[in-house]
Amino acid sequence: MSIQEICRVADCTRLGEGLYSITMHAPAICEKTQVGQFVHIACGEGNLLRRPISICDWQDGKLRIVFQVKGEGTKWLAARKEGDELDVLGPLGHGFDTKALGDKPIFIGGGIGVPPMLACVKKAVGEGAQPRAVLGFRNKDAVILEDDFKAVCEAFVTTDDGSYARHGFVTDVLKEIVADTTGVAACGPKPMLKAIAAIADAAGLPCQVSMEERMGCGIGACLVCACALKAENGETRYGHVCKDGPVFDAKEVAW
Amino acid sequence: MADLRVNFCGVELKNPITTASGTFGFGHEYGEFFDLSLLGGVGVKGLTPTERLGNPAPRIAETPAGILNCVGLQNPGIDRFIEEQIPFLRQYDTAIIANVSGNTVEEYEGMVEKISDADVDLIEMNISCPNVKCGGMAFGTRPDMVEEVVSAAKKKAKKPLIVKLSPNVTDITEIARAAEAAGADALSLINTLLGMRINIETRKPILSNIMGGLSGPAVFPVAVRMVYQVRKAVSVPILGMGGIRTGKDIVEMLLAGADAVAMGTVMFADPMAPVKALRELEDWMDAHGVKSVSELSGAVEV
Ligand SMILES: Cc1cc2nc3c(=O)[nH]c(=O)nc-3n(C[C@H](O)[C@H](O)[C@H](O)COP(=O)(O)OP(=O)(O)OC[C@H]3O[C@@H](n4cnc5c(N)ncnc54)[C@H](O)[C@@H]3O)c2cc1C
Ligand SMILES: Cc1cc2nc3c(=O)[nH]c(=O)nc-3n(C[C@H](O)[C@H](O)[C@H](O)COP(=O)(O)O)c2cc1C
Ligand code: FES
Repeated sequence: MSIQEICRVADCTRLGEGLYSITMHAPAICEKTQVGQFVHIACGEGNLLRRPISICDWQDGKLRIVFQVKGEGTKWLAARKEGDELDVLGPLGHGFDTKALGDKPIFIGGGIGVPPMLACVKKAVGEGAQPRAVLGFRNKDAVILEDDFKAVCEAFVTTDDGSYARHGFVTDVLKEIVADTTGVAACGPKPMLKAIAAIADAAGLPCQVSMEERMGCGIGACLVCACALKAENGETRYGHVCKDGPVFDAKEVAW
Repeated sequence: MADLRVNFCGVELKNPITTASGTFGFGHEYGEFFDLSLLGGVGVKGLTPTERLGNPAPRIAETPAGILNCVGLQNPGIDRFIEEQIPFLRQYDTAIIANVSGNTVEEYEGMVEKISDADVDLIEMNISCPNVKCGGMAFGTRPDMVEEVVSAAKKKAKKPLIVKLSPNVTDITEIARAAEAAGADALSLINTLLGMRINIETRKPILSNIMGGLSGPAVFPVAVRMVYQVRKAVSVPILGMGGIRTGKDIVEMLLAGADAVAMGTVMFADPMAPVKALRELEDWMDAHGVKSVSELSGAVEV
């Protein structure tokens, strides 16, 4: 059940070059939120379509999103100030099932795919699991939320160019620790998700991935956010990222 | 209080507001935001004889005040619609407008025949989809073909048949006349305008299907113009659509010649748009002493 809520911005903080964190008062949405779901935010008069942004975390009726400025919509969002109102639909989509990942799950985020993994890790901790996080970034300037993760679990950070922490990709870390894990969840660029799904599959582990697609309605009515899935007969069928996803079982995705 | 009821080719709609096919699924999703019984009618996703998978992503590109889409008629097929969706929609006090598309004259005949026996109120025949290879728009852009497919379908129709017109033609009145002559009980317009966007960095089209249909506020003036032209050319009722956002837009579309309207893309921006527009329409009519919707239809003064 999704709702439309007018949310007052509690805080808008710049985390780095083009990277922002907004916390907003969203008591009604928070009440229903599950990890891995997203909100669909109206971004000013000039942009007809809303912008889908993952829910990073929520607490006491306040919802947090972390996003990167890409174009006009996210630029408008980044300019919000405390007290401004946002027109938000949420919580939307089908999120992560942390329980299905066992007691030693790994949560992997790539770039702007890192934020939604934070609430996942917290939830897994709350469920008595011992989660670990692997966070990959392009370079030092792109690193976000490292402290937030390290406050709740063991977290490995990688950068593609080696300018910070470990030089390499999240998949390098995953390969090393996969033997000692019970399940994998990931959000990030599609090639990264595909590589992670292959590693998890080879290790016989459950793997859930959060996919991205351009959206219209955000609620499952317009069918524009198609994600190619494997049909039972071996052919391709299209699921919808906003309703069937954004989180899919990696085995279902037609990579 | 203004009387919002509309008699649309024999079917009583409680108000002139319906939803545009393909933007509203089968009603479940928006039904979480408002009571579907508030609507005059629900236009459902375009149906085909068997399930269609649709086109690969990306299926949408945003444009100033509009969107391009190339969904490609993804739908579960007419049989599953009849079995699974009609019972759901019938829980609400609103007219059901089934929307059908085919690749051949025979397919249109078969669809219209089948849906006529199902519990729907109106049949909208889409001869204007820009996103499928054969059929669709190919039928809707030539008067001789319009006449052939509409007269064949009309013979099978046991419910009022609305023919949905494509704006991608030189003279829409020619097409409208052909549809009326072939027995259309009503016309709906406009479907989307063929458009295209290119990603300048990759030099590739944004949409998987290269081209797609433009809808949303950007097309509103085109839709108003076409409804106005068609109103002068035919006497059957018109379901006006294309870019409607507000109650005032509805008044404008009615003045141009529509008898009822459909709202689509605007809901992606605001799911409550049809409900807000309904209130605005009612307020506007009361404020202007307009007693019934039919007083407005075609009342533009030129
Ligand atoms: C389920 C989901 C969750 C997301 N979560 C986050 C998040 O937590 N943080 C974050 O920074 N970004 C996230 N994104 C990506 C974010 O939606 C886009 O970066 C944003 O829509 C870009 O809008 P814009 O106007 O700034 O850019 P423009 O490029 O100007 O946008 C043009 C159009 O394309 C769409 N679009 C462009 N890029 C994307 C994209 N990657 N995915 C979907 N639509 C796109 C826009 O919505 C808009 O309609 C998420 C996307 C999805 C689908
Ligand atoms: C995503 C999308 C899907 C559509 N699918 C259909 C369809 O299946 N059948 C049809 O007749 N029209 C379809 N249309 C066209 C709409 O019904 C309508 O004619 C058009 O969008 C103009 O109205 P609007 O600007 O209010 O959206 C679709 C439009 C959109 C945006
Ligand atoms: S965005 Fe409309 S169905 Fe997913």
